[in-house]
Amino acid sequence: MTPARKVVRAAWLAALVLVSGDAAAQTVAVTNARIHTVSGSVIEGGTIVFEDGRIVALGADLQAPAGALVIDGTGKVVTPGLIESSSQLGVVEIGAVRQTVDASSSDDRVTAAFRASDGLNPFSTLIPVAATGGVTRAVVRPTGAALIRGQAALIDLDGARPADLIVRDPLAMVSALDQGAAGRFGGSRGAALMRMREALQDARDYAANRGAFNAGARREYALSRLDLEALVPVVNGELPLVLDANRTTEILAAIALAEEFGLDLILSGAAEGWVVADAIAEAGVPVVTNPTENIPSYDRLAISLEGAARLAEAGVPVAFSTGVLVGSPALGTHNVRNLRLLAGAAVRNGMPYADALRAVTLTPAEVWGVAEDVGSLEPGKSADVVVWSGDPFEPLTRAEHVFIAGREMDAPTRQDRLLERYRSIGGAVPEAYKK
Amino acid sequence: MLRGGTVAVWLSLSAACAGGAQPPAPPTPQDDSPPTEAAAAFASTYQPMPSQTTVLRGATVMTAAGPTMERADVLLVDGLVEAVGPDLDAPAGAREIDATGKWVTPGIIDTHSHMGVYAAPGDASLSDGNEATSPNTAEVWAEHSVWPHDPQYALALAGGVTTFHVLPGSANLFGGRGVTLRNVPSRTMQGMKFPDAPYTLKMACGENPKRVYGGRGRSPSTRMGNVAGYRSAWIEAADYKRKTDKWEADGADPAQRPKRNLRLETLAGVLAGEIRIQNHCYRGDEMAVMLDIAAEFGYEIASFHHAVEAYKVRDRLAETGTCASMWADWWGFKLESYDGIRANIALVEDAGACAILHTDDSGGVQRMNVDAAVALAAGLEAGLDLDRDDALRWITINPARALGVEDEVGSLETGKRADVVIWSGDPFSIYSRAELVLIDGAIAYDRSDPEHQPLADFMLGILPEEVTP
Repeated sequence: MTPARKVVRAAWLAALVLVSGDAAAQTVAVTNARIHTVSGSVIEGGTIVFEDGRIVALGADLQAPAGALVIDGTGKVVTPGLIESSSQLGVVEIGAVRQTVDASSSDDRVTAAFRASDGLNPFSTLIPVAATGGVTRAVVRPTGAALIRGQAALIDLDGARPADLIVRDPLAMVSALDQGAAGRFGGSRGAALMRMREALQDARDYAANRGAFNAGARREYALSRLDLEALVPVVNGELPLVLDANRTTEILAAIALAEEFGLDLILSGAAEGWVVADAIAEAGVPVVTNPTENIPSYDRLAISLEGAARLAEAGVPVAFSTGVLVGSPALGTHNVRNLRLLAGAAVRNGMPYADALRAVTLTPAEVWGVAEDVGSLEPGKSADVVVWSGDPFEPLTRAEHVFIAGREMDAPTRQDRLLERYRSIGGAVPEAYKK
Repeated sequence: MLRGGTVAVWLSLSAACAGGAQPPAPPTPQDDSPPTEAAAAFASTYQPMPSQTTVLRGATVMTAAGPTMERADVLLVDGLVEAVGPDLDAPAGAREIDATGKWVTPGIIDTHSHMGVYAAPGDASLSDGNEATSPNTAEVWAEHSVWPHDPQYALALAGGVTTFHVLPGSANLFGGRGVTLRNVPSRTMQGMKFPDAPYTLKMACGENPKRVYGGRGRSPSTRMGNVAGYRSAWIEAADYKRKTDKWEADGADPAQRPKRNLRLETLAGVLAGEIRIQNHCYRGDEMAVMLDIAAEFGYEIASFHHAVEAYKVRDRLAETGTCASMWADWWGFKLESYDGIRANIALVEDAGACAILHTDDSGGVQRMNVDAAVALAAGLEAGLDLDRDDALRWITINPARALGVEDEVGSLETGKRADVVIWSGDPFSIYSRAELVLIDGAIAYDRSDPEHQPLADFMLGILPEEVTP
């Protein structure tokens, strides 16, 4: 057993003993670490102090307060908790087991009123597994086949506080203008766009004429009342619209649509985004993407490992996600823990380190409108703090301490429990007696 | 929407293979026995590209056959590894490559690929990996679906992959023959085919066959149905083999020949020890059943694939000399993958069994070094005694063993094919890139020189120059 593992397990046992203690209330100081604040400069040999779930101080010449739990950060790296911008955490447990999947509504082509949060399972075993990768917040978004799929929520990954799991809901409306949507809604991209306009026009009309609609004195809408209601904040520019778009055609159409309707647009995927990076930057539209995807297909022939770096260079706010541009849930939601490796891959392919770190912390916080609370290490912000054994982007580095709002995620995951059960096998006593 | 990598997960219903720490010796080209008809058909026409005597100087060299060597040289002559060690003498005229500060490894090998059979651009017109029309399609050969112009090969090459094994999908109990390919551009599949590499047969356990065929109201619809299907087929194959063996022993009179049956020919080839089993199998308990079936009918399993529960039966894998091809951390996409843990590969290694990292994914195959680092990190965190040299074997010599080509590739040893990757740094760092990839001593890929970067027909001129990735 490595020292690191001993630390984790010791903390777990302590937690079992002190069940009634409020771990988040404890004052914690991580000392003498390399601290990436993200919003400011890197602090060498710095100390960060947090209590009651909030960061209270950080700097190079800072003493740990008396009585604080001190973590010696010598040789360690401290970053803000990472933020995953597209997942089905809590709404998918096992992809192929239907009873465990609550990620979509199959009702209709528009299911704007569907809320991912309604089916959220705080006890999903995926959530603590994701947190082992230093991920502290995640967007949970609907999937499925609808053109407008429903509403995403932002959660924190502290599944032990089920009532507090949801940070913001609704966070954004999720929609698709990609090849899949085109295939299902009229057989062409133009047909999908036509249906999208119809939905937005209906919502705009409904927003201005609710009374008449309810009195039965308004024309028929293509959408149900619930979906119209859900789209009102979108057409009012109050709720962001996430649009899956990959081909250059789709991206430009999405930007034009946003201008036409005054939408707060977020592009998701944007495989060919680098081709029109200047146009995206000029429109002020952020992009959520996966910088490790590069397999060409007819909706993404220009996809490139260097795409993310080029977008960032053009001034586009870029956030990374394990869940976009990926068909396999095994690579997305189940491995949100690998978000840090995406950032490392982006650096390998030309993105400056600081930009890549920002793409998994402060930029997503800004994109999702929660930057006042998370995404960087600043006094007053939530104590989402990760202590890494080294460079967080390196696979041989591990997250030694993960704090979410000041509470340490130190309980063993289901995977840790399986490892311990099968650490030795074939003894006289069946493994099932090892709990 | 079909994409290469994606399709592989969902349809790949894929299989696992098993080899062993010391697997049974594969049929070798040195045998005097004449090739079977099947082996003679679709023969490899692979020819190494032109190479010159080359010496790599001053690198950190990982051979996969011994400990890492600092500041060592690698001498490549006639497309083969001539020597590895400090301060080698090179013949006059040899090309000298300064590899100071670089790391050198053998070419990477993937035991589980669907490149070519689920080619990019993903579309039904190129979806050729799963003959899901009968639970037993041992008569199909993956090589007959391989598209030599798949753009995915070049992407894998840039990740240091020099040999890969293409398998049929895993919808069926018997999916068909797999083929081992050299990662070189060619106009034909035969031009990529690894000369004299043994054929394999893809088998699949568990959820896929029972879902695909149970969903059509036919057998198998249960795991017990799966097992009945395997055993019935082997009984039939043994009978076929007895008849053909007797005919050969009686003088092989063409007029008396039993009618050929492609399906049974493949199965009989397994029973004859000429075709290696690559067995998709997630659950440990099912691996134990498959090992018993192999014992019952007298064949060996080269490797289990997708073996997410290999760690639960790693003692059995070690005892039987069966490899396990595993992902670093895929899990949870179906119930039989729910118990996947990141220490799986490391635990199998620790038990003395043959541990392999495989991908089943055209994205993952480009980053096998990173996945190996992830698996290594999990093993170290679990307190196991492992190092980078172990992790390198998971993606080089161990897969070579499972494929029966370990005498030719998989390590940097004298006399082996000069499949070599020069990395910009530690291959287990996220930042390192394959800078130069040699196949049989020839430059197959050079990151700094577009002249040495293959481009698939499909990509040629499909986009204006300025938006070409």
